Amino acid sequence: MKARRAMVMPGGAGTAEAREPAAGAVLVARDIHVALAGRSILDGVDLTVGAGEFVGLIGANGAGKTTLLRVLLGVLSPGSGEVMRPDGAGLLTDARHGRGVGYLPQKVALDPEAPLRARDVVALGLDGGRPGLRLRGRAAMRERVDETLRAVGAAEFGDRRVGELSGGQQQRVLLAHALISDPALLLLDEPLANLDPASAHDIVALLDRLRHTRPVAIVMTAHDMNLLLPVMDRVVYLAGGRAATGAPAEVVRGDVLTRLYGRPISVIHAKGRVLVIAGDDAAPADEVHHDTAFGSTGGQGRP
Amino acid sequence: MAPAAVTGFLASPTVHTALIVGGFVAVITGIVGVFTVVRGQSFAGHALADLGAVGGSGAFLIGLSQVWGFVGAGIIAALLMESIGVRRLQGRDVATGVVFAFGMGVTALFLYWGTTVGGSSNAAVSVLFGSLFVIDPAVIPVVVGLSVLALVVVVVCYRWLLVESVDRDLAAARGVPVRLTGVLFLVALALAVELSSLTIGAILSTGLLIGPAATALLVTRRFGRAVLLSAGLALAITWAGCLVSYESYYWTGRQGNWPVSFCIVALIFLVYLGVRLGAALGRRHAAAHAGARPAAPRPLKAGV
Repeated sequence: MKARRAMVMPGGAGTAEAREPAAGAVLVARDIHVALAGRSILDGVDLTVGAGEFVGLIGANGAGKTTLLRVLLGVLSPGSGEVMRPDGAGLLTDARHGRGVGYLPQKVALDPEAPLRARDVVALGLDGGRPGLRLRGRAAMRERVDETLRAVGAAEFGDRRVGELSGGQQQRVLLAHALISDPALLLLDEPLANLDPASAHDIVALLDRLRHTRPVAIVMTAHDMNLLLPVMDRVVYLAGGRAATGAPAEVVRGDVLTRLYGRPISVIHAKGRVLVIAGDDAAPADEVHHDTAFGSTGGQGRP
Repeated sequence: MAPAAVTGFLASPTVHTALIVGGFVAVITGIVGVFTVVRGQSFAGHALADLGAVGGSGAFLIGLSQVWGFVGAGIIAALLMESIGVRRLQGRDVATGVVFAFGMGVTALFLYWGTTVGGSSNAAVSVLFGSLFVIDPAVIPVVVGLSVLALVVVVVCYRWLLVESVDRDLAAARGVPVRLTGVLFLVALALAVELSSLTIGAILSTGLLIGPAATALLVTRRFGRAVLLSAGLALAITWAGCLVSYESYYWTGRQGNWPVSFCIVALIFLVYLGVRLGAALGRRHAAAHAGARPAAPRPLKAGV
């Protein structure tokens, strides 16, 4: 009941989110405030994620990306505001009870000696929350695990110890863990951190392919948005506890970020990449194009 | 010599009690040990042994059964550690070192009082180094009951513990009751460690907790198999230790037995060493036969 009412109610006035319809949304967060140890981390953040959308949470270290993701996941209760997430049946429900979500945490430190094969980690994504031993349905589980491993390109190392895999391979395995329950939404915390550029590019391509082949929306954090520019539908740019939200071309602009940061910010476009720097006039005008149309340059961002 | 001696071993009621108590304790400790190693909580196991010794020695003073002293103190210590936060504790070596040293100090005081007041000079050896061959058969039901309780806890939490060993938030996202799982596992760990303290002593109990588990983890990459193997190893080693200790009476020219705790811990060490060497030799052998990689150390990268 509560879920339905929340979906038709408009969000906080004056935000970009308020203008968007919530129908078909897989995640609605309204006016999220979080303070940790007396310090305000998030100060009124709104976010709506539509089915199959790719949303990037962008910001510097300490901007509150992980905090926001943990709130969206339901493991951290916001000081105020509400989060509605899909439950198993596809309805939006309070984030603390939602289950239709796959999650990939930041910096998982896997012990190289841990007696867990990649396929064991993936299987736990389906039934790791259940008590007791897995006694029945082993054959069906094996099939489903194999299928999910194939979907993320990890079939060939399913039987290896997960701790001895490379960083990129581990991310694929953890992604399979998040995907195996067929979630409507994936929440990924810095999946590109600590990856070499080629692996990072491969993971982004994989994520983009996944959301086009199955009905899953993706929300991921990153401190560098350049790899995501070609695939993002929406960027949530976090700074000073507040967020600027919209299509990349609407948000990653000098004037928008200057308002967000409360000090002069320039956005430089060069060779299909963007660079966000402090200051009005950081480089000679003939080498940069301030606030150029985004779609034209963003699409060429792939290496 | 051997057949007659073995007959004597199997006929002794003392040995029967030791095999039953030691067997149950070995199986549950071997199982809990694998989770302990994988979760990186060997440190908590050691802490629980030190703090449990306070209860074990205190029980002597007030005339309580040692098993209740160990287990009572262990459970209280486990709940205290959980309320403080084990994960926070792990980073604070100095403070925790002082607390555990204080625990051993209190144990020393209790044992001293026990010796001077009660006149029981065996208390120190019994608490610190175990008493498998002098256990009262009356505690068998208690040991069996507590072992089964610990086993039930581990079975209920099996998958929760596995997901949590990958990542805590990941487990919470999958609907694992992470706080409850942490408390329950610490209680199971306390039960295993304190029951081992009863058999091979507070100082040596970590050996039974970690040794067979570490050995099993060298052999298999499957979690379930590691658990079964560790339990089997712990059981075999404990029983073999009892036999060696019993037979050593004849080998030492009837000068007295080697302590059973020594025999068990020595076997744990030898088996671990043997498996470790065997694994290393096996890898070398496989590499030599594959021909792909020479057994010699890899050459350094250019420029290093």
